[in-house]
Amino acid sequence: MSSGFPLLSLIIWLPIIAGIAVLATGGDRNASMARWLALAGSIAGLLVAFPLYSGFDVLMGGMQFVEYHPWIERFNIHYHLGVDGIAMPLILLNCFTTPLVVIAGWQVISNRVSQYMGALLIMSGIVNGVFSSLDAILFYAFWEASLIPMFLIIGIWGGPNRVYAAIKFFLYTLLGSLLMLVAFIYLYRASGGSFSIQDYHKLPLPLAPQILIFIAFLLAFAVKVPMWPVHTWLPDAHVEAPTGGSVVLAAILLKLGGYGFLRFSLPIVPDASQYLSGMMITLSLIGVVYIGLVALVQADMKKLIAYSSVSHMGFVTLGFFLFNAYGIEGAMVQMISHGFISAAMFLCVGVMYDRLHSRQIADYGGVANKMPVFAAFFMLFAMANSGLPGTSGFVGEFMVIMAAIKVNFWYAFLAATTLIFGAAYTLWMYKRVVFGAVANPAVEALKDINHREILILTILAAAVLWMGLYPMPFTEVMHATVDDLLAHVARGKLPLE
Amino acid sequence: MNFLPPDLAPAYPEIFLLVMVCVVLLADLVAGVKRPYLAYMLALGALFGCALITLGTSTTDVSYTFSGMFVDDAMADTLKLLTYVTVAMVLVYSRSYIAVRGMFNGEFFSLTLFATLGMMVMISASHFLTLYLGLELLSLSLYAMVALRRDSVEATEAAMKYFVLGALASGFLLYGMSMVYGATGELNIGKVTEVIKNVIQGGDIDDYAVLVIGLVFIVAGISFKLSAAPFHMWAPDVYQGAPTAVVLFIGSAPKIAAFGFVMRLLVEGMGAMVADWQGMIMILAVMSMMIGNLAAIAQTNIKRMLAYSTISHMGFMLLGIVSADGNGYSSSMFYIVIYVLMTLGIFGMIMMLSREGFEAERIDDFKGLNRRNPWYAFITLLLMFSLAGVPPLVGFYAKLSVLQAVLNAGYVWLAVVAVLFSLIGAFYYLRIIKLMYFDEPETDAPIMPPGDIKLLISANGLAVLAFGLFPQSLMAMCAYAIQQSM
Repeated sequence: MSSGFPLLSLIIWLPIIAGIAVLATGGDRNASMARWLALAGSIAGLLVAFPLYSGFDVLMGGMQFVEYHPWIERFNIHYHLGVDGIAMPLILLNCFTTPLVVIAGWQVISNRVSQYMGALLIMSGIVNGVFSSLDAILFYAFWEASLIPMFLIIGIWGGPNRVYAAIKFFLYTLLGSLLMLVAFIYLYRASGGSFSIQDYHKLPLPLAPQILIFIAFLLAFAVKVPMWPVHTWLPDAHVEAPTGGSVVLAAILLKLGGYGFLRFSLPIVPDASQYLSGMMITLSLIGVVYIGLVALVQADMKKLIAYSSVSHMGFVTLGFFLFNAYGIEGAMVQMISHGFISAAMFLCVGVMYDRLHSRQIADYGGVANKMPVFAAFFMLFAMANSGLPGTSGFVGEFMVIMAAIKVNFWYAFLAATTLIFGAAYTLWMYKRVVFGAVANPAVEALKDINHREILILTILAAAVLWMGLYPMPFTEVMHATVDDLLAHVARGKLPLE
Repeated sequence: MNFLPPDLAPAYPEIFLLVMVCVVLLADLVAGVKRPYLAYMLALGALFGCALITLGTSTTDVSYTFSGMFVDDAMADTLKLLTYVTVAMVLVYSRSYIAVRGMFNGEFFSLTLFATLGMMVMISASHFLTLYLGLELLSLSLYAMVALRRDSVEATEAAMKYFVLGALASGFLLYGMSMVYGATGELNIGKVTEVIKNVIQGGDIDDYAVLVIGLVFIVAGISFKLSAAPFHMWAPDVYQGAPTAVVLFIGSAPKIAAFGFVMRLLVEGMGAMVADWQGMIMILAVMSMMIGNLAAIAQTNIKRMLAYSTISHMGFMLLGIVSADGNGYSSSMFYIVIYVLMTLGIFGMIMMLSREGFEAERIDDFKGLNRRNPWYAFITLLLMFSLAGVPPLVGFYAKLSVLQAVLNAGYVWLAVVAVLFSLIGAFYYLRIIKLMYFDEPETDAPIMPPGDIKLLISANGLAVLAFGLFPQSLMAMCAYAIQQSM
C-alpha cells in the first residue's frame, strides 16, 4: 500500500521540526509558549500517526508506506522507509506517549523549559525514524541520534547523581551500537555493496559469520533492552532521570532493543539465532527470575520499577527466542503493554516525588488517606504491573508462558514465577506506600492529584484496560508479519553446499 | 643550447600567492601602522585570487612542469581549494583574538601565506626535492608563528621544542629520501616508482633492503608531520604553548597538506612497496588511536586535550591509507576534510570564549556555557558529538567511510580495534558536553564576538550537521579527486 504520500517522513520530521520550533522560543521567559507549542507539536505528531493505523493492510506481511530515495550514492545508502506489523504498533506507542510526557512535565520542569520540551519532541521523531528505517545506515543514524537528547535530558534535569548516570547510559549504548556498525559494514561487503535491510534478510550466510554477527547485534540490542547482565545502566539512568525522561526511557527506548531483535537478529542471522537460542532463553530467564528477586529488596521506588522493567523485558526476549507465533506476538504485546504500564508507574512515582521530593518507600505510608483518587489509579497500575488478568500486563505474559510450555515445561515454570515475584514486589511496595496510617507530617500535608495528572493517568488506565480486555486490535496487525518472520527463520539461510 | 622556458600555467596559483605575500609585506611596511586591516584584507584577497586561479585553470588531465618536478592534477586542485578555504577561515577566526593580543600585524599574515605557499608546493610536488622544499617552507613559517609572542615563556618553549623536533624529523625524511635515491638513482616520483618496480621484479635484494630502510625513515618523518604516535610528542606541548590562533592554523590546513604529502610520497612514489609500508602505517594508526584517546582523558587543558584528540584522529585517518586502494585513500581524504572542519570550529570556539587578558584554556572554562549562551553551547555540542563520531553528524560518516575501507581490505580486527578506541574517545568529548550543559558557569562574562565571527562559527557548526545529513557531495568530491589522480 503506497499512496505516494510520504506519511512516514511526516511522522518522523513533524515532531523534529516542532522540537526545533520549541527550542527557538528561547529562554524561560517564554516558558508557557514553549509548553503549548510542544503540546501542539506532540498532538499533531499523534494525529498524523492515525492514518498509519487506518491505512495499514493487516493481511500483508511485507513493508507498507514505503519511501525510497537515494541518499549517499557513494555507499549505496538510501533514504528507505517502510513499516510492517512489528514496527507500526511501536510507532503508534511512541506517538501516543509523547503528548503524555509533555503534559507530565508541564509544571515539574520549570528550568530551561524550551530545551526540555524540544529535546522530547526531537527524540520522538528520531525514534519514529528508528522504527521505520529500512536502510542499515539510516537506521544506525537514527539509533545513535536518539542517544543525544536522552543524554541531555538525564544530565540536565536529572537527580543528584545525574552526570554519572548520563555518561554511563551513553557509553554503554554506544559500545553496543558500534559493534553493530561493524556488523553492518561486514554485511555491506557480503551482500556486494548494499545497506538495505531487506537485502540482508535474503542474504545467505554460513553459520560462523552468522554467529559473529549475532553477537555484535546482541551487544547492541541486549544493552538497550536491557538483558541481564548488561542491565546495570538502567537503574542508574532511571533513578536520576526526571519523570518524563524515565517514562520515555522505559516506554520507548527499551523497545528499540526488542525491535532490533525482530528486525535484525532473527531475520538476518536466523540459523545463529536458533543455534544460540538456548543461551538467549537462559539469559532471559535469569533476567526474569533474578532481577525479579532484586526488585523485591529495593528501598527506592524508581529503582524498584526499573528492575521490574528489566524483569518484564526478560519476557520479551524469552518470547522472541521460542520461535513460535505465540511467543513473538506475546513478546510484542508485552512490549506495548510494558510501554503503558511502566509509563504509568513512573508517572505515579513522579506524582509523589513532586510533592514530597523523596523516592524512598520508607518516607511514605498511608498515602491513600490523603490522596484517594491517586491511590485508586496507582492500584490499577500496580495490579497491571503484577500481571492481573484483565489488564494488559496479563496478556503478553500469558501468551509467552503458553509459548514456553510448548517448548519446555521448565521454561514456562520459571517464567511463570514472575507472576508471583511481580505481584510480591509491586504490591508490597504499594502496601507500604499507600496503605496504613499516615506515616509522617509530610504525608499528612499531601494534596490529591490535579486535573492534569488525572487526565494523563486516565488515558493510560484506559489503554491498560482496553489492551487487557480486548487485545485483538493490537495482535491482528502483527499476525501476517510474524508468520512471515517465523517461516523465514524456520527456512534458515545457510548457503546450499 | 636551447633554453625552453618552463610552462608556468600549472603553477599560476603558487606564483600569484608568492607575489601577494610580497605585496602584503610591503603594504604592511608602508601603511601598516595607519591601516592595520590592510594586510588582513590583502591576505584574504590573495586566498580568494588563488581560489579563482585554481578553479579557472583546473582541468581533468594531469600536467607537469619544471622538468616534471611539479604536477597539477585533480587531487592537487581539490586539496588546494580546501586549503584556501581553511586558511581563510583561520584568518577570520583569528582576527579579533590576535588583535587583542598585539599580534595583528603584517608578520602574522605574511607567515600564514608563506606557510600556505609551502603547503601548495607540497600538494603539487612530483619530485622529492620539491616535496622537501614545500615542507620546509611550511615548517619554518610555523616555527616562527609559534614564537610570535616573544614575551610569552610558554610560546617560546613550545617553539623551541617544535623547531628541534621538527628539524630532526626533516632530517629523518631527507635521510630516507637519500637512501631511496641511492637505491634508485632517481628523485622524480614517477621515475622512482618505475625503478622500484624494476628492483622488485628483478629481485635485487640489496637495493631492496636499502629501499626498505629508506622507507622506514620516510614513514617516521611523515608521521612526525602528521603527529601520529609514537612521533607525536611535540603536539601536546605546541598546542598548549602556542597562541590559540596559531594552534588553529597548525591543527587545520597543514593536515590537508600532510595528506597530500602521504599520497605523493607513499602512494605515488613508493606504491610498489605497499606491502612494506602497510604494516608500518597500521602500527602507527593503532598506536595513535591508543595513545591519543587514552591520554586525552587525563587532560585538564582543553588545547592539550585536543592535541591528543588530533593524534587519535590522525590514527583513524591512517587506517584509510592502510587499506591501500582508491576507496581507502578517498575515505582518508574525506576524513581529513571533516577533521579540519571540526577543528576549525572548536578552536574558533575556544578563541571566542577567550577575551582580553583571559585565555579559555582549561576544560572548566566551558562550564555552564549553555547558561551563558545556549546557541554557542549548541554549536559546541554539534562539534563534540561530531568529533566523537555520533550520527547524524558528519564525523560519523568520516568514520564510516574509513571503517568501510578497512573492512573492504579484509582487516576485521583493525575495524573492531578502531571502534573500541572511538568508544574511549567518546568519553572525553562527552565530558565537554557535560561541563557545558550539566554544570553551572564559573563566570558570567558575556560572549560578544564580532558579527562575522559569530556568523562563521554558526555556519561552521551547522555545516557539521548539514554535511551529516547530506554527506554525498563531499564524499563524491574526494572520490573524484583521488580517482582522477590514480
